Amino acid sequence: MLVEYIPLFLVIAFAIVFAFGTVFSSKIFGPQRPNPEKLSTYESGVQPVGTTHERMSVKYYLVAMLFIIFDLEVIFVYPWAVQFKKLYLDPSVGTTAFYAMLIFLVVFEIGYLYVYKKGGFKWD
Amino acid sequence: MTFTVHDLISLSPVLLIGVGILATLIIEMLVKESEKILGWFTFVLLLSVAYLSLILLDHTALVFEDKFLTGGRVNIFFFLFSFGAAVVSLLSMEYIKKAGIHFGEYYIMLLSSVLGMMLISGATDFIMIFIGLEQMSVCFYVLAGFNRRNERSLEAALKYFLLGSFATGFLVFGLGLIYGAVGSLSITEIVIGYETLKTSPLFLTGTLLFIIGFSFKIAAVPFHMWVPDVYQGAPTSVTALMSTTGKAAAFSALIIIFSPIIQAAYPSFFTPVISVLAVLSMLYGSIVAISQNDLKRMLAYSSIAHAGYMLIGLAAWNEKGVSGVIFYLVAYTFMNLAAFGLISLIEKRDLRGTEFSDYKGLGFKQPVLAGLMALTMFALSGIPPFAGFFGKYYVFLSAIEAGMTWLAIVGVISSVISVYFYLRLIVVMYFDNSDEIVMVTPSTSAMLGIMISVLLIIIMGVAPGSIINLINSTF
Repeated sequence: MLVEYIPLFLVIAFAIVFAFGTVFSSKIFGPQRPNPEKLSTYESGVQPVGTTHERMSVKYYLVAMLFIIFDLEVIFVYPWAVQFKKLYLDPSVGTTAFYAMLIFLVVFEIGYLYVYKKGGFKWD
Repeated sequence: MTFTVHDLISLSPVLLIGVGILATLIIEMLVKESEKILGWFTFVLLLSVAYLSLILLDHTALVFEDKFLTGGRVNIFFFLFSFGAAVVSLLSMEYIKKAGIHFGEYYIMLLSSVLGMMLISGATDFIMIFIGLEQMSVCFYVLAGFNRRNERSLEAALKYFLLGSFATGFLVFGLGLIYGAVGSLSITEIVIGYETLKTSPLFLTGTLLFIIGFSFKIAAVPFHMWVPDVYQGAPTSVTALMSTTGKAAAFSALIIIFSPIIQAAYPSFFTPVISVLAVLSMLYGSIVAISQNDLKRMLAYSSIAHAGYMLIGLAAWNEKGVSGVIFYLVAYTFMNLAAFGLISLIEKRDLRGTEFSDYKGLGFKQPVLAGLMALTMFALSGIPPFAGFFGKYYVFLSAIEAGMTWLAIVGVISSVISVYFYLRLIVVMYFDNSDEIVMVTPSTSAMLGIMISVLLIIIMGVAPGSIINLINSTF
């Protein structure tokens, strides 16, 4: 039974070797010319030093949440669109595939309108 | 996948509530001061769903590619959820105004949670149970923290969310193991392969994890620690919803998963597990409730004890046991709705006033409210001729028939203990006096909700036979 898992172990071993290999090979082969800017945690990001009790804008969180919802919608629509012709020609499915997605989208659009009406997209 | 007309008719309670949720969203965004309409809209919608599920009692259908069952026992649960939530919407109307959370979204969340419960009770597939459970729980997390300016409400929401997600973790892990053992998440597949599955450690561990996940939701000891804080901190009308229909939904899931397992072999591997959960919940709930000074906390512990009594019916697992559990769930739902409805009336504007000392002398100042409260407490403690007595009676009887007399004895001992703290409230109301009682004029809607619940408690106590026959006819 364990024999079946050999490919899995190979993948794990390869992943470990690859991860450590790339990290250390750049250390070994690459030129080392450090300066303070380069050594900071996020070279072109937010300053990593300061108070942890900083106030964050909630607006960004709202946009991120809405983005995830609409992203998921697209995830459902893509495979449906790719397979639509096949589904439509299948006599056991037929137009059901079309109406099922239509209902899903209508439900989604009502949610979208709700967010719009409530001012979820207003930045100020 | 195609729908026949028969399928659509059988599904109509679920479809109606789905369309209703969209309608409430549209009303909320188009109408100013929508919260004034939405309370009654929700009530009428839920009432028509309850009516539809009762008249469609014999419309059995397997829909959504055999993942969802309607008709029979499932429709009894549909009725319980929608009617219970309809009463909750009556109790909420004035209460959320008083608590300063008078928003239309409250009713949208309430309706969505009911849809989630319906998905659980009709599921014939574990994924369906999981989706329904998550929909219900997420709505409950939001509702528990609905009073976002109140610290205790926020604490309740956070605690409920963290421990609820923890329970979901157990559940998903269990589902993974069950899938590994069976190769499918359909319950019919489990019935077919049960002979080989019952010795598979993977399947048994998976089902145990599943039971643990749902023990969180039904508040059985030792998975009860969130219950007192959440029930106390959440707005009272939300507590009324969570503690009744939410618990009933979790029980319906346990009934679904146990029907095939126990039909194949009784007593099964899980009978001792359920018995231990039942004994622990009954004794712990009844004993700890004695020392509570807050009425909402006391009812939280009493709901732990009630979960224990209902688990006796699951442990015994004969026809009497299962129909006894369903009867008990209906009785418990309306007893708790009446109790929380009355608490929400007496509660003060700042959400204080739920302590025993706030009820001193209520019997003289507010005879009607105190009388209803006393009746509800008698019913909860299981004194005939109210619904609580017959719920316990059917459940204990099923345990004796299954040869588990000891379980019934522990149940009787625990209900004797519980009489103390229920009657303590009556003593406080009628034998103490205080001048601090604030006169409240109960609103029509809340009184209507309480009267409906009390009426059902009395009817179920006077004529339990006809209701148990109705439940039995759905097997």
